[in-house]
Amino acid sequence: MTSNRDKLRQVFREALGLAADAPVDDLAYRGIKQWDSVAHMQLVASIEAAFDLMLDTDDVIGMSTFAVACEIVGKHGVAT
Amino acid sequence: MAWRPDGPLLAGRTALVTGAARGIGWEVARTLAANGADVALGGRSDPAALAAQAAALADEFGVRALAVPGDVADPAAVNAIFATVWQAWKRLDVLVNNAGVLEGALIGMIGVDLIDRVLATNTRGAILVLQAAARMMARRRAGSIITMTSIIGTAGDAGQAVYSASKAALLGLTASAAKELAPQGIRVNAIAPGYIDTDLIKGVAPALHEARVAAIGLGRIGTPADVAGVALFLASDLAGYVTGQVVGVDGGLRL
Repeated sequence: MTSNRDKLRQVFREALGLAADAPVDDLAYRGIKQWDSVAHMQLVASIEAAFDLMLDTDDVIGMSTFAVACEIVGKHGVAT
Repeated sequence: MAWRPDGPLLAGRTALVTGAARGIGWEVARTLAANGADVALGGRSDPAALAAQAAALADEFGVRALAVPGDVADPAAVNAIFATVWQAWKRLDVLVNNAGVLEGALIGMIGVDLIDRVLATNTRGAILVLQAAARMMARRRAGSIITMTSIIGTAGDAGQAVYSASKAALLGLTASAAKELAPQGIRVNAIAPGYIDTDLIKGVAPALHEARVAAIGLGRIGTPADVAGVALFLASDLAGYVTGQVVGVDGGLRL
């Protein structure tokens, strides 16, 4: 069974157009060229859709790394 | 093919109207509901009263209606409003970004508090509401955002410098958001009402009131229904190729 963390990893890969096995745990906003501001909004939308969430604007702006994304979805009741 | 809707213009759509407790906002909410939309009513009035208005809409028009009380000047309240709409409906098709305050002062009498108060609701609040709505609409890659500016935002008015500035800012907001959100299928337009018969003008001196009406080309004061009709048009597929526009609803008023 896929864990929420694996599911979030997969969301990152798909939203950022990365390879299916690309490591994402150390990713940071603007740390790679694929994670720019346009991709960030797509990433947020994908996370919201995948976990049926509505993130606050502060969450959107503050989601600076994969680790922070885990914390944010955790705040909304999705344990990773 | 000639345009002929085969049912209510907004059947199956969901809408949020801020500042919906009275005046133009209430009439817009009623009009959207009358045309099939489920409507969420935003407002900073008594939550129980807003809930009663929502229940009345649902009863009268057979749609779902929701009260989402909160002051758009408070960013946390904006988050709460959208969280409630999301939890209830999981989608938003139409936003009528209507909440606003009208406070006048001669330029020499404008205090910092007045500036902050007016901009916090009319400008910052409108931006935050648009921002949250756009995120919900982007999921379905469709939506219509209608922001209520004012003829005072386009033409100015003595004694209304701050209000005018707060509403003029929405012109730039509309133009920019229309460009940025078009690739996501979201249309963004604004309505600039003229002299409309609402509570906001109850305190206008009789002489000024007469002068204002005399300056209206069509010879009568506007009604909230005049504005609501244009909001319905912009919300619907009738305006499916309209974005980035500011529609004056002023009867030809010249300030």
